[in-house]
Amino acid sequence: MSFVQTSRELLDGLGNAVFGQLISGEELTLNLAAEDQHYLRFNGGRVRQSTRVRQQRLALRYQALGRRVDFTFDLSGGIAADLETALSLLQRARAEVTALPEDAYLTVVEQVERGDVHHEGRLPPLDALLTVIGEEGRSADFTGLYAGGTQLRATRNSRGLRHVFSTENFFVDYSLYTVNAAGENKAVKGLYAGRHWEAGQFLESLRRSRERLRLLEGVGRPLEPGNYRVYFAPAAVDAIIALFSWGAVSYSAWKKGDSALMKLIEDEVRLSPLFSLSENFALGLTPRFNSLGEVAPESLSVIEQGRLRNLLINSRTAREYEVPGNAAEVGEGLRSPDMATGTLPEANVLSALDNGLYIGNLHYLNWSDLQHARITGMTRYACFWVENGQIVAPIRDLRFDETLYRIFGSELEAVGATAEWIMRTDTYHQRSVGGSRVPGMLLRDFRFTL
Amino acid sequence: MTVSLAIEPKLTDFDPLAALAWIRPEADWLAIRYVHENTYRRCARNGRPEENAMHLERGVMIEAMVDGRLAYAATSDLSREGVIQAARRAAGDARATAGDRLADFSPDWRPAVQGCQNASSAAWLDSTSLAEFSDRLIQATQRLRVTDDVVTAVAEAVLLETETRYVASHGTDVAQRFLMTWQHFGAIAQAGGETQSRSMNGPTARCVQGGMETFGWDALLDDCQRVGEQALELLQAENCPDEVLDLVLAPDQMLLQIHESIGHPLELDRILGDERNYAGWSFVKPEDFGRLQYGSPLMNVTFDPSLTGEFAAYAYDDGGTPATREYLIREGRLLRGLGGLESQSRLGLPGVANFRSASWNRAPIDRMGNINLEPGSASMEEIMGSVRRGISMEANRSWSIDDYRNKFQFGCEYARLIEDGRLTRVLKNPNYRGITVPFWQSLAAVGKADSFKAYGTPYCGKGEPNQVIRVGHASPPCLFRAVQVFGGGA
Repeated sequence: MSFVQTSRELLDGLGNAVFGQLISGEELTLNLAAEDQHYLRFNGGRVRQSTRVRQQRLALRYQALGRRVDFTFDLSGGIAADLETALSLLQRARAEVTALPEDAYLTVVEQVERGDVHHEGRLPPLDALLTVIGEEGRSADFTGLYAGGTQLRATRNSRGLRHVFSTENFFVDYSLYTVNAAGENKAVKGLYAGRHWEAGQFLESLRRSRERLRLLEGVGRPLEPGNYRVYFAPAAVDAIIALFSWGAVSYSAWKKGDSALMKLIEDEVRLSPLFSLSENFALGLTPRFNSLGEVAPESLSVIEQGRLRNLLINSRTAREYEVPGNAAEVGEGLRSPDMATGTLPEANVLSALDNGLYIGNLHYLNWSDLQHARITGMTRYACFWVENGQIVAPIRDLRFDETLYRIFGSELEAVGATAEWIMRTDTYHQRSVGGSRVPGMLLRDFRFTL
Repeated sequence: MTVSLAIEPKLTDFDPLAALAWIRPEADWLAIRYVHENTYRRCARNGRPEENAMHLERGVMIEAMVDGRLAYAATSDLSREGVIQAARRAAGDARATAGDRLADFSPDWRPAVQGCQNASSAAWLDSTSLAEFSDRLIQATQRLRVTDDVVTAVAEAVLLETETRYVASHGTDVAQRFLMTWQHFGAIAQAGGETQSRSMNGPTARCVQGGMETFGWDALLDDCQRVGEQALELLQAENCPDEVLDLVLAPDQMLLQIHESIGHPLELDRILGDERNYAGWSFVKPEDFGRLQYGSPLMNVTFDPSLTGEFAAYAYDDGGTPATREYLIREGRLLRGLGGLESQSRLGLPGVANFRSASWNRAPIDRMGNINLEPGSASMEEIMGSVRRGISMEANRSWSIDDYRNKFQFGCEYARLIEDGRLTRVLKNPNYRGITVPFWQSLAAVGKADSFKAYGTPYCGKGEPNQVIRVGHASPPCLFRAVQVFGGGA
């Protein structure tokens, strides 16, 4: 039986047994996050660490007497042992709600919906993967991570709701390094991801990366900090868009004084009419249901032509502030961001930039002044100085400190006509699901400080 | 019956030594690292409960060596069949990747030691009732909310019980238990279009080993009042100036400065390039050890897993290497990197016992443990007295550094101007930036032992697949000359 099938059966078996133990007034939601993954870490085109991870993590959200308790544990896979653990946690939850203060913002999912989605994939044979990367390692300094296998997210509750999402896919998130004419390390970033492995597509990704790497072999151009025209490639835009999920478009964060976009939300500032951002589950990269089993709208406009349309609101926030929710997840971050394309064709990027910086990637972004939506971070990987629409030289990395209001507002000159799909590659605790679709952006002026 | 904080769910027994015998035929050499960790998160906001959760992690990581090649497989299935299957997966991968390995594995990198370390606490979790503890957290939010201008007051406690056992087929058997806590008490104030945050030492800095005795509630509640008042103070404060000034960093900001600009660049796996596709490389080169003048002669930095109560104190790393205190930097000169036996062997350089993993489902890599700046000889009066015009900053709120660990920019919650040797006006939005080696070479005074304080973070991220790990950083206040400081605003 496949890992997906055993995980589903385990969830259903445990659910049926635990729900059968509930008494009147008790509500229970179960969440299963499971993965059967192979992680292969490479350095210099060779395997540094090979790790298989098979894990099934069950979360129990229990509500009774106007209180809520959350427990999570790693399933052993044996239903009798796991049921004993789950029932002992149920007993503990019953004891806790007699000791805890009342929670005024509890919610119950009224709609008893059901859904089941499985995306079948074709993973690379291990020897084929090692052969391609080994050969690449002989012509370039390849470093990176392959992650491939099955992921499952599922929710059931005691009212009968049941959603399951499972997928089989992979990514190779890699860097190619070289040393330029001045003896400096230079690198390009590549990502090949999908459900169906095609060796030819991976080789094409590597070929394009090698081509860009050659552009970095010249002597680097040290640039003084200051203000420059810049073009951000989609991967760089994606890094900035990720910050929107750090409270910026969360209703709860706004009410708590913790949203960077407070001035936009309160209509003191507008962004550029060229900037639109939505939560778009039609991308198909992540399940529409959240950890309570609520199903989000297929598409939700967050910012439209520079004006705020919707904040993300989970049901607890909705209850607390008495506003309608939109089935956001607990942290009210974007799960499937989709930035609208513009009119700047890929082929015209350098000529439109004219004189300025082409930024391939950004690194280590953080707020530097939350109240003014100011962020800091570094350029990284393939970044070039461009003159008269031609790449002249790679740059030495620069630190920036700039506000989202200028990036997506006053300084936004054009948005790319095509967008890139970028699968999430973070693997903290377990491999993430989801991804984004973003185009590049041309800015009139951008502030570098170090 | 009183409900205590401690939770003891029913779990099947698991004996790592017996499991090692089950899998012994599967490979030339094998090891099992068993981890059981309970993480309790109790949180209140604005006088109400916000979260009451417990997260139980339990599983094993199998290491299997075949023909000198090593591979890992992790599973939460602790049945005999589950563990054997994991061992077979690891052994199969060791064979399959044999021709593509970066380095051969040596069982010598997992010392054949036997030992144990037990957690110590004056008050275990079962000594405190859940109702009483919840009430304390709610009281804390009430004390933080000194006026209605404090729109958000949060009190959060994380309690952590960890048990690990590492056994290997050549005789290693190391058992360790830990009890830890971390605390966050924070206030966000709003008035007149201004919003400011203040917390007790920064959002995740108050991390220690110990139990319920680490919650001295009378003092904590008084401190919550101070935090709330300082959030209001910041609403009225002027912006930090944009100027080159002398800079005094409190221990709760030194933790971040040490972490980002000493800890990460000294990790040997970064220097080896393992981390280049994610967190980055390092400006430090192998030939710099023993030669590079990293900072001023006042700079003495240790890897110290032995400091009682510090967050990342331990007796053995996750490869079974006994952990000892070592100088990384002495009188400003770089001596030793942060790398376990694997990296030490690959680089031919000395390191420390820091081969660590986030949990049972991740293979160990080189991580920080407790990285401390040792005390100097200056009193606070002497430090302040040596500054004509400068800024004193406390509690980290923003951090960013490049992938080689050179160009950094850090921000703090709270600052005060220093004028003619005295602390004067409060400043909001304090930030500073610099470049690692010149910055540490500008170190001009280091506080005495009585000002040495230990903090940490539970959220140090690194590795592929990604791992978060707990680290400790202790330091006295330090003075740096001529640093670029600046404030907030558009």
